[in-house]
Parts: sequence; structure tokens; C-alpha cells
Amino acid sequence: MVISVEGISKVYKLKDKSESIALEKVDLSIEEGKFICLLGPSGCGKTTLLNMIAGFDKPSTGAIKINGNEVSQPSTDRIAIFQNFGLLPWRTVIKNVELGLESKGFDKKKRREIAEEYLELVGLSDYKNHHPNQLSGGMQQRIAIARALAVDPEILFMDEPFGSLDAMTRMTMQDEIERIWQEKKKTIIFVTHDIEEAVFLADKIVVMTASPGKVKKIIDVPLARKRNRTSPEFLAIRDKVFREFDLKSVNKIQHNQSQSGLPVQHRASDVLAFQT
Amino acid sequence: MEKIKKAGTVIVSLTLLVLIWQMVVLTGRYESSLLPSPFKVMEGIGELISDGTLATHFQVSLLRFLTGYLTASVAGIVLGLILGYYGKVWAFIDPIVQVLRPISPIAWFPFIVLWFGIGDLPAVVIIFIAAFYPVLLSTISGVRKVDPTYMKVAQNFGIKQPHLLTKIIFPAAFPMITNGLYMALGSAWVFLVAGEMVGAQSGLGYLIIDARNSIRSDLVLAGIISIGVTGLLLDKTIRLLEDRVQKQWGMSSERVS
Repeated sequence: MVISVEGISKVYKLKDKSESIALEKVDLSIEEGKFICLLGPSGCGKTTLLNMIAGFDKPSTGAIKINGNEVSQPSTDRIAIFQNFGLLPWRTVIKNVELGLESKGFDKKKRREIAEEYLELVGLSDYKNHHPNQLSGGMQQRIAIARALAVDPEILFMDEPFGSLDAMTRMTMQDEIERIWQEKKKTIIFVTHDIEEAVFLADKIVVMTASPGKVKKIIDVPLARKRNRTSPEFLAIRDKVFREFDLKSVNKIQHNQSQSGLPVQHRASDVLAFQT
Repeated sequence: MEKIKKAGTVIVSLTLLVLIWQMVVLTGRYESSLLPSPFKVMEGIGELISDGTLATHFQVSLLRFLTGYLTASVAGIVLGLILGYYGKVWAFIDPIVQVLRPISPIAWFPFIVLWFGIGDLPAVVIIFIAAFYPVLLSTISGVRKVDPTYMKVAQNFGIKQPHLLTKIIFPAAFPMITNGLYMALGSAWVFLVAGEMVGAQSGLGYLIIDARNSIRSDLVLAGIISIGVTGLLLDKTIRLLEDRVQKQWGMSSERVS
């Protein structure tokens, strides 16, 4: 299976009839089973690109093909996971995991069986009869992952899935998604603005820049798994990514900030949000 | 402990009200047909209970109320789900509803009698009108406020109509809908009594009119008090139901640490 993004652009018409280019001439080829990170500041079109590959949105020009077939609408072969989890609060944990199986025509017993298997995979079997909002953010995101995997998709899309979690939980979840990815061999396309997260998870980092959104560079991450966040090799690649965003020199960061007029962030060197 | 304290407050407050009432009566400035004493009203309630009048009227009123309220709720929810989902259709109907909604159901009474005759039906129709708009409007606004992420999830997992409405939109809008059901209950109960006063030959509203005609102000007040108490009980019942359903829906947020 190959995902090929061929010269796509996305243009939004604004109310005053001017146009805003969200994404310009993006070409990308993604092989089966790879872990791809789309990395960039907000406004670089990474979520727009993800929405189009997932079929939620259509490109203005160009085409996206999966195994040669053009993507025109969402499908259970490609499941998206969102930052705010998208769990249904009125359903119990296990009924949430069963959601996608219901329209696939499995009977009740089979649904329960599959859902239990995937809850086991994310380590939440003990909470199957709880409601989502009784659980922590990290646990809720695991349920969303279990629900996505239960329909056995080929591709998982993750749109800043750990963005709302605290730093420690986020690292645990990064370990977790890497383990699940290796076990289930899915293709994962993962949107993030956290450089360290991208270097830890990705086989390939697609570096994107804003206004207009485009792919600046694709960086291979040839490190063995499981990666050590403090090893010299890890830091070397991290540095390389920093350089792509012109974030390496301290003076440059301050220059950028005075331009954008945004307040100084503590993790300015890791987070690109201020670059918009 | 909290509950006992609250019950204590209620008892003190009601006792105080009755005491003031009794004191006003004791001043002797109002004759008993203008302001009956609490004791006389209690006696009146006793009389209505013992001869079965209250039970009969109560039963009739409650049945009318439930018929009107439940049909209005079902109609309001079903229409609200559809109109909320198809926003373009609602855009045409919205202006009509905005004009009709502020009209008191009682204003329709002349037509209601012409169209629905006499008997139980006019009161039921008035209750229906009173309950329908709050349910309809809160359902529509609930549907329109459904988190877009739920819609994306549904689309992604291949959930199509009618399951999209039943599995996703209805439960997602449910907290707003129960809010509408709650408001509708209050307004419907108010208009039940009004409806029975103008058109019926039975029910709690009629009981009051009948007592007035026989110049029994104690029975008028007895009727008023039973209407108040019943309204309060209905209100508490639906609150309880609302809480229970929301808990089932997982809207309450006690966490497992």
C-alpha cells in the first residue's frame, strides 16, 4: 500500500472574496507500515493535509491516491484520532470501542469480543464499564486508539493526539503508541508541533512551513527503536530539525518573537507555535 | 445532615407563612369570604379529599396534562431533530415559529373550541401548545451545538442515517433537550389550569371556578394549594429523571483518580 499525494493545493475563499492559500503544491509519498510525522508551526497546513488524506476535505488542485484509488470520502480503512479524543460521553468505554464495529455488521457477541481484545491491548480492560469522563486524559486517548484499531484500518491519522496531555503523560503515550504501532504494523500519519515527539516517533519527518503552507523538507530518522531521548544520535537529529526551522541560534528566536509580538514561551526551543 | 438542614429550612419557611396568614386573619379586618383562615382551608382540603372530589379532578387534570405534555415532547423532539439537522428547512420555518411562539396558548381558545369541540381535548391542545415550543427550540439548538468532532467520528466510522440521528445526534443533544423538557413542564402546568378554567367541566382549574361560583373561598384556596403542590411534585420528578438519565449518559463528572 502506498499513499501518494500529487501536487495538491488548498485554497480557502475568504468573506471579502480574497483567497487564503492553506497549502501549496505538496507532493508526498508514504509507504505501507511507516510512521510519518507532519511537523510544523500552526498555520502550516498540517491538519489540512491530514484532513484531505483522511477524506474529510477535498484538495483544490491535485489528487491524493491510496493504492492508486483517489480518496474522495472518509472510510473505516483510515481512522482519525483527535486531540480532544472524540469519545461519546454517553457510552461506556466498551460501547465506545464497539462504535465502529456496529456499522460493519458484526453481531453483538463478536463486537464485544473484538472490543475486549483491543481494550486489553491498551491496558484498560478494568475500566470497560466506566464512562469516558471518569477517566484521565491519557486513558481517554487510549480508548480512542482502541476504538480506531478495532475496525482494523490500514492507516491511522493522529492530529496532535497528545496535545492536551501533560508532559509526563505525553511521553508515556508516545511509548505506548510506538509499542502498538510495532505490534499492529499500521501506517501512522501523525501531526505534531513538538520536535522531540516527532524525532522520537517518526521514520520520516515531513517538515512544513507556514504562509503559504508547504513541505520544506523530509528528514529520515534512521534511529533504532526504542529510541533514547537523551542519546547523542537522537539529539543530533533533533538539532537538524531545529536548524530546518531556523530555531538553532538563540538570537534568531528573539528576532522572530519581536516580529510576531508574542510573549516569550518557556519551551520556545521545542514548540513552534510562535512562528505563525 | 445537609438534607435534614434543608428540610428544616423548608418547614420553618412554610410555618412562618401560615403564621403570618393566621395573624392577618386574627386582626379581623377581612371577613372570611375574602380571606379564609388556614384552619378553614385545611378543613376544605379535608372535605375535598374525603368526598373524593379532589381525587376525581386531580385524576382528570393529570391525565390531560400527561397526554398534552408527552405528545408535545415527542413531537418537539422528533421535529427538532429533523429541523435542527436540515438547517436550510429550519431557516424557512424559524420566522413562523418566532411569530407563533409569543402567543399565549389561551389566545387560541376560541379557535380551539371551534376545531376541537368541548371536553378533554381543548385543555390537552392548550397544554400541547404550551409545552411544544420549549421542547422544539431546545432540541434544535441542541442539535446545532453538537460537537463537530462527533460528526467527524461518525462519518469516519461509516455511521449513516437514521443511525446518525439516533446514535450520535440525539444523545449528544440530550442535555439541552432535557433542559427544554424541564421548561416545558412548568409552562404546561400553568396553562393546564388556565385551560380548565375557560373550557372544561372538570379538573383542578374547574374545581376553582366551581368553588368560586358557590362562593366557597376556602375551597378556592384549597384548589390553589393542591395545584401548587402537584406542580412542585411534577417538577421534582422530572428533575430526578433528568439527573438519572444524565448519570446514565455519563454527563456527570466524578472521576476515578
